[in-house]
Amino acid sequence: MKKLSPEQQDLEKQEKLSGAEIFLECLKKEDVKEIFGYPGGVILTIYEALYNCTDIKHYLVRHEQAAIHAAEGYARVTGRPGVALVTSGPGACNTVTGIANAYYDGYPLVVFTGQVGLNQIGNDAFQEADIVGITRSCCKHNYLVSDLKDLPRIIKEAFHIATTGKPGPVVVDLPKCILSDKSHFLYPDKIKLPGYNPNYEGHPRQMSKALKLLCEARRPVIISGGGVVQSNAYKELIELAKKLNIPVCNTLMGTGTYPSDDELSLGMLGMHGNYWANFAVCNCDILFAIGTRFNDRITGCLKRFAKDAQVIHIDIDPCAISKNVKVDVPIVGDAKLVLNSMLKEFNESTYQINKEDKEDWLNQIKEWKNKRALPQVKSSKLNPMIVIKKLYKITKEYDPIICTEVGQHQMWTAQLFKFNKPRRLVTSGGLGTMGFGFPAAIGACIGQKDKLVLNIAGDGSIQMNIQELATCVDYNLPIIVAVINNGYLGMVRQWQEKLFNKHYSQTKISSPDFVKLAQSYGALGYRVEKEEDIEIILKQAIDAKRPVFIDFIVEPYEMVYPWVLSGHPLNQVLLSNEPCQNEEL
Amino acid sequence: MTNEQKHTISVLVRNEAGVLSRVVDLFSGRGFNIESLTVAPTLDTDFSRITIVSKGQTGIIEQITKQLNRLIPTLKVLEVTDDDSVSNELILVKVTARDECRSEILRIAEIFNAKIIDVSPKTYTLMAVGEERQITSLIELLRPLGIKELVRSGKVAISRENSFMNIKNI
Repeated sequence: MKKLSPEQQDLEKQEKLSGAEIFLECLKKEDVKEIFGYPGGVILTIYEALYNCTDIKHYLVRHEQAAIHAAEGYARVTGRPGVALVTSGPGACNTVTGIANAYYDGYPLVVFTGQVGLNQIGNDAFQEADIVGITRSCCKHNYLVSDLKDLPRIIKEAFHIATTGKPGPVVVDLPKCILSDKSHFLYPDKIKLPGYNPNYEGHPRQMSKALKLLCEARRPVIISGGGVVQSNAYKELIELAKKLNIPVCNTLMGTGTYPSDDELSLGMLGMHGNYWANFAVCNCDILFAIGTRFNDRITGCLKRFAKDAQVIHIDIDPCAISKNVKVDVPIVGDAKLVLNSMLKEFNESTYQINKEDKEDWLNQIKEWKNKRALPQVKSSKLNPMIVIKKLYKITKEYDPIICTEVGQHQMWTAQLFKFNKPRRLVTSGGLGTMGFGFPAAIGACIGQKDKLVLNIAGDGSIQMNIQELATCVDYNLPIIVAVINNGYLGMVRQWQEKLFNKHYSQTKISSPDFVKLAQSYGALGYRVEKEEDIEIILKQAIDAKRPVFIDFIVEPYEMVYPWVLSGHPLNQVLLSNEPCQNEEL
Repeated sequence: MTNEQKHTISVLVRNEAGVLSRVVDLFSGRGFNIESLTVAPTLDTDFSRITIVSKGQTGIIEQITKQLNRLIPTLKVLEVTDDDSVSNELILVKVTARDECRSEILRIAEIFNAKIIDVSPKTYTLMAVGEERQITSLIELLRPLGIKELVRSGKVAISRENSFMNIKNI
């Protein structure tokens, strides 16, 4: 007989637990309080163990995709990993969109999928799907647990991988037999992943080089991306921008990382970004990008993107550097740590800032700021831009969390809401997932229970996950869904109007009566068709502290401007339906 | 395309289920190209060595290297060149052995240090090991004689041990 170490001897004295119980113990060790999920055949043992579990609250959704989006919404507002649990086969397959969405935008999720028993894998068993194979290219990492002994280690690694480096989703596939096997529970305290060592500290020489360039710059611009949210680098960003007097624009994912009422704030750049933000980026001599992947939606035509600028790029993911935009000073590291080091160096040194030129540059930007886009269509119908502006004005005092779906309403929200804090706009950026906002709002509402949560939706998007009304009502989540109802898939229609001779091919879309629909689920439903009703109804909705649908019937042909057509350079900004082009610089 | 050259990338990975799929999926998913690929466990069987030959401009190769590094089971990614490594591939080729060609085949085999590993009344099967260039010329010389079948391995490469450069060893 082998001799057991004292630790193992202690373990032998313990009662053996089932795989399902060990699973829950692991979640407790990771301090998981809330999970989103949907039961099914192969994970019944977990639901059995959950039955008497008081430490973990399970939220039952109505579709597995929504469980993943809810977990992501939760992760976005709390900064903690979102956790979801679904069954095998269809349950697992339904998670794919959600996983891809979190992967693109870089939010930490740990998704547990059921799997048929190990001896059935590969036999085309009932509800079998090779989810590890299916999700391989859309998650940060995934595991198939093939021995109960490995389960605690895998769960520990999964949480570690999901939350470190560039965060992302990790999938853990749990075969049925593993969950009913019995074993002693021992949670490892160390992680051994020799191939995984994210770099957090930037390279000192590169940081000095960057700092020097920024001080000498005559026309510098900062782009603040989602990485600034992930690393909580707002304070450092504000300090650096102020000290060096550099204007800051943000990507959609970086919304709120720099206070939008500050004079150095340029707001969003890109396809539907501000005219002045795009022009600043086009004409800058030093571009300082922090935590952004340079998606085509922010760069427009790559060849002409910041073509005269030297580019400094901080990113924790080495792959993001020089993938799209060629970088002159790459800094692989965590935004907060890097900015901190740069600030420290600046404070301790005698770097001279190029003040005069920077003043000229800021004045030039101020001039560009006159170019704003206005509503295009004047009609007796409610204008969607006015609705969204009002939503902002009325809810401002509550410091709300705003979720959106994808489309025109999303862009108007990003443009017209003034965000002064990060983690206040929850929206699908990279993948552009319609149907994301509503379930994400559920997760956000559970993650920040005392906050007002608003989901601004289109009539197309909301129908992609509308079944989650039942979830909202079950848990009485006071989410207000503002449907900007224009009877079209508005963003696609906008492209058809401009680029396809107004051939509205398959974009006119019908909807149910949202008021009655909400009521039939047990939520409140309102309809608003006049501007003066917006405030009254919204106040009622806020006071109700229940799930509410507000159906705003709006002008169908309103357009989102500014607009840089796909593939065009950023300084070809359309500001209205008029075909006038801006001068190219 | 301009300066699209062949590059050899050597990847050390944890020898676990699905690791090859991760590497191959990465190439197909991102539109990178694989010219050849070999994989086998290393001396320590907990690890495997994957040698990939890929074609692309420098920027693409850099991106491939970074993406491979990002995979969790990847321990080390190295681009190897002829200067710092020795590489070989293996070929098995079945040639029609007409009476008048038999001696010619044997002569070619001798030049390329190839072995006759199977003989039948109508064919010779040759095995040769060599650098890509040599293998290609062998094929070109055998082609007119009638190649019935050809199996070619991917490239394997090993770093040159340059310790002899150390003054100590001289």
